[in-house]
Amino acid sequence: MPNVVTANRLLDGIVVYLAADGSWTEDIGCARLAETEEETKALEAEAARAVAERLVVAVYPMAVALHDGAVDPLSVRERIRAAHRTTLTKDWYDVPL
Amino acid sequence: MYRYDEFDHAFVHERVAQFREQVERRLLGKLTEDEFRPLRLRNGLYLQLHAYMLRIAIPYGVLSPRQLRQLAMIGRRWDRGYGHFTTRQNLQFNWVKLVDVPDILSALAEVEMHCIQTSGNCVRNVTADPFAGAANDEIEDPRPWCEILRQWSTLHPEFSWLPRKFKIAISGAVEDRAAIAFHDIGLKIVRGPDGKNGFRVFVGGGMGRTPYVGQEIRPFLAKEHLLSYIESILRVYNLHGRRDNLNKARIKILVNQLGIDKFREDVEADWEQTRKDAIDLPEDERRRIMSYFAPPDLPPRPIRDEGLDQRRITDPVFANWLKHNVRPHQVPGYVSVVISLKEPGRTPGDASSDQMDFAADLAERYSRNEARVNYTQNLILPHVARSDLVSVYEELKAEGLATGNYDLLGDMICCPGLDYCNLANARSIPIAKEIAKRFEDPARQELIGPLRLNMSGCINACGHHHSGNIGILGVDKKGTELYQISLGGSPKDDAAVGTIIGPGFRAEAVPQAIDTIISTYLANRNDGEDFLATWRRVGAAPFKEALYGAA
Ligand code: HEM
Ligand code: SF4
Repeated sequence: MPNVVTANRLLDGIVVYLAADGSWTEDIGCARLAETEEETKALEAEAARAVAERLVVAVYPMAVALHDGAVDPLSVRERIRAAHRTTLTKDWYDVPL
Repeated sequence: MYRYDEFDHAFVHERVAQFREQVERRLLGKLTEDEFRPLRLRNGLYLQLHAYMLRIAIPYGVLSPRQLRQLAMIGRRWDRGYGHFTTRQNLQFNWVKLVDVPDILSALAEVEMHCIQTSGNCVRNVTADPFAGAANDEIEDPRPWCEILRQWSTLHPEFSWLPRKFKIAISGAVEDRAAIAFHDIGLKIVRGPDGKNGFRVFVGGGMGRTPYVGQEIRPFLAKEHLLSYIESILRVYNLHGRRDNLNKARIKILVNQLGIDKFREDVEADWEQTRKDAIDLPEDERRRIMSYFAPPDLPPRPIRDEGLDQRRITDPVFANWLKHNVRPHQVPGYVSVVISLKEPGRTPGDASSDQMDFAADLAERYSRNEARVNYTQNLILPHVARSDLVSVYEELKAEGLATGNYDLLGDMICCPGLDYCNLANARSIPIAKEIAKRFEDPARQELIGPLRLNMSGCINACGHHHSGNIGILGVDKKGTELYQISLGGSPKDDAAVGTIIGPGFRAEAVPQAIDTIISTYLANRNDGEDFLATWRRVGAAPFKEALYGAA
């Protein structure tokens, strides 16, 4: 499974992902995918620099799945983070409430 | 209510200036996150799932209209137009920006508020009966004592680095409405043998991973010794409480490991030694603080109101609200009104900035400039004339704040859970909403009677699930949210920790499980029994069978 690197922006705490162009994006769809362990390491090193430059805090890599080209963050927690909003109810339950 | 003196103002403003500088240093890179984190936490600023969260202390739940309006303004200007009232009588803003926090703290200081001691291993914001100074079963107003404890504990050098956080609650009435049994120290004002009031002192209660009901350490403590006695409790805890394991660091663990008798012995021994030198509160100072809490001038009024009686007969929804959300007052002709923040479909405990402004308005016009926050996440107008009730109801109704469900099933306590919280294992808000929908019919809630349903998104138990008559705990089972149900908890004078009833349920099955529990209770109850009484009489068996089938 590919990995992306996520964090919270220092200034406002908003969830961000390291993008292909080296910037930090709020859109998980624009996150750079690391396919190998080396690529993940490289992403993490880049993220560590961003921490030192005070762009982001609370950095970590996470596995994602690709469904028809769309990035799926796998866990409920990461789906909520990626959605940037709360209490999205029914969509994520397997069975309608 | 208490007003800051010059010293208080200077102190709080100094803290704001200090934090402003700390934020600047963080942004300039002179502080790393590891260095900055403890500093921001000392000012109530957390980093949550989506953003920073700021926790504002509302000392013993008392708010003036001016303060409420300022909170509304802060929500509008620096957050997303709403805040969340918590089980610790705090208010949390969920979307603040780090760069704005110094300005927010300045705005709070303007109205004599702050975020000090809302986080960290110190004595936290002291909580109290939200009907203090109003309830008809009150022995003595606990608020002056809360304020005394607040001033004493603020930046107390000896108790700023305790093994773990420390929570104190005070009740001054016959009925405990502050869940004192679930606090590190619970104080209940009681009448002593000589007719003077004092404190019944409980210690070692708490929620979290290892819930305990507090135990009595002293049946009666003369009021003038409050500070020295609490210092002795804290000193014994500070010395012997564990610092090697976060999960074993609360005083409840120490008390239960030593046993209450040994713990008491240690405290009393320390107290014997130190009380002579300890500075108990000087009488002048006590009087000064008391004077801020003089009861408002409420000339007695007629107890009957014809318009109200008429309305009660013709409007069952109003009658229902009157029955549940209107509470008896000390002064004839007055009542306290609970503003329910639990309208079905909304997040329990959330209030929009507009609603805060509106509540401030009502407090000004109908409740002698006072509003309160309840630990069950509602607002309260403490001093309302009975003859104003119909008008108050009409105004609340127009704003969707007249749900008559106080202390009924719909009045759920619910923590933010995985929708906001970084520590959460599962969501709690959507579950609360689905349960609220399922039990929306007021007639059904009325039939069920008093019921405390509490929910937390992880074992930290911010949503008090352990003390719910029905408690729901969200856990993570291999990436799936799962909900454990416990029954039989109580936050009141008959405090109890609930018993887990069996294997957890998936989110979509929780409303039906609650329904099954309620039906089982209704089928088993005797006349006049509430849920807890039935549970205590019949035990777990019928509930287990209904939920999981015959063993
Ligand atoms: C969203 C950020 C929050 C964080 C990070 C947080 C963290 C925690 C933690 C770690 C504990 C366990 C303490 C222990 O067992 O030693 C705890 C307990 C507690 N929290 Fe929170 N909490 C949060 C929000 C809330 C909210 C929203 C409420 C009220 C609705 C609340 C009220 C409480 C209460 C009443 C307890 C249990 C009482 C006790 O034993 O201390 N907290 N919290
Ligand atoms: S109980 Fe857990 S999920 Fe809920 S607010 Fe507390 S720490 Fe967060």
